[in-house]
Amino acid sequence: MILIISTCNEKLHELEFVKPIENIIKNNKLKYKSVNYKKLLKNEIDKADKIIITGTSLKDNDFIYKNNIKKFEFIKYFNKPILGICAGMHLIGLVYQGKLENIKQIGPIDIEFTDNFLGIEKNSKHQVYSLHGLCIDFTKINVFNVLSYVSCPQAIKHNSKEIYGVLFHPEVKNKKIIEYFLKFL
Amino acid sequence: MKLGLLFSGGKDSTYAAYLAKKKKHKINCLISIHSENKDSYMFHTPSIKQTKVQSNVMDIPLIIIKTKGIKEIELKDLEKAIKIAKEKYKIQGIVTGAVASVYQAARIQKICDKLELECFNPLWQKDQIELLEELIKAKFNIIITGVAAYPLNEKWLGRKIDTNFIKDVKNLKEKYKINPAGEGGEFESFVINCPLFKRKLKIIDKKITGEKNNWKMDLKVE
Repeated sequence: MILIISTCNEKLHELEFVKPIENIIKNNKLKYKSVNYKKLLKNEIDKADKIIITGTSLKDNDFIYKNNIKKFEFIKYFNKPILGICAGMHLIGLVYQGKLENIKQIGPIDIEFTDNFLGIEKNSKHQVYSLHGLCIDFTKINVFNVLSYVSCPQAIKHNSKEIYGVLFHPEVKNKKIIEYFLKFL
Repeated sequence: MKLGLLFSGGKDSTYAAYLAKKKKHKINCLISIHSENKDSYMFHTPSIKQTKVQSNVMDIPLIIIKTKGIKEIELKDLEKAIKIAKEKYKIQGIVTGAVASVYQAARIQKICDKLELECFNPLWQKDQIELLEELIKAKFNIIITGVAAYPLNEKWLGRKIDTNFIKDVKNLKEKYKINPAGEGGEFESFVINCPLFKRKLKIIDKKITGEKNNWKMDLKVE
């Protein structure tokens, strides 16, 4: 079962940031469960085969408050694949003591991958859809490799665990990244 | 949250308002941009002048801003309209009916960010057949008011979005790659009735113009 953890403070935003990911999973005929991080239970994490942590709106930064970050400590101990998207990637960085910076990118940007990443080939260029006002400099967290960088890290991978993060929104452009995560890890 | 709706009178923006209300938000005002450019990248709908009548039956005030529809300058006009909505109706966010256009979505996100407003896009990336089915289930009465793609013709004007319509557009999708809900500009629509309206609108006049695969129907409703 794929567990989707929503980082949205407003239910209405889940139609925008969670539902498109659910549709990709449904189209791939896989089972999933979606839960908001505020209602996340330990047994839901234990039952999950893979976890996707979603993004949220530009103005919604509730997830960064200290008590909320604590809810994501499982990232360090979950030994199965995790994909963090935008806010989800920030949360991966925050549990590894990364520091948030204000860097805003809105709309399509062109990025290049320096190594293979979730089905994307090394040295290939792609246009991605960005919607963020924050970022974490993962180059300062030694357990992560940064595989794409434009103004800030765009794609990261843990150097020994299957923890992946993308700052952009692959559910909008580059759905194949999510499909690769679902099918081949 | 008090929200303003970017409103064209068509199915997507009206359904976005319906979803926002279902999640307990309040639509404080409608914002309509009347573009003089029929090929505008941002705003287009043949019956947009009738949004005033729709706002009356929804009992929600309407802000109308006219734009010449020149690329990028029309965004300044949109920003002006949203700014008026924020000041006059104290809105905290904007709702849009954006489904797939990254061009439109990114520009509205930038305006909302500049004006410190939330931006809700509840139809974002939605499957177009699923969207049409939901509209029927939610008892939306919608008619087609514009077509712009081969092999669509004037016979599609005035058609109601119902199960037969879905069957036909599914065939068109397979044969001609037409977006079933018209996200690529293939269809324009107008909402005649829906759960947000106090009563059904009555069409009192219509004017059909066009040629080949590009037709529009200007409506007058009351």
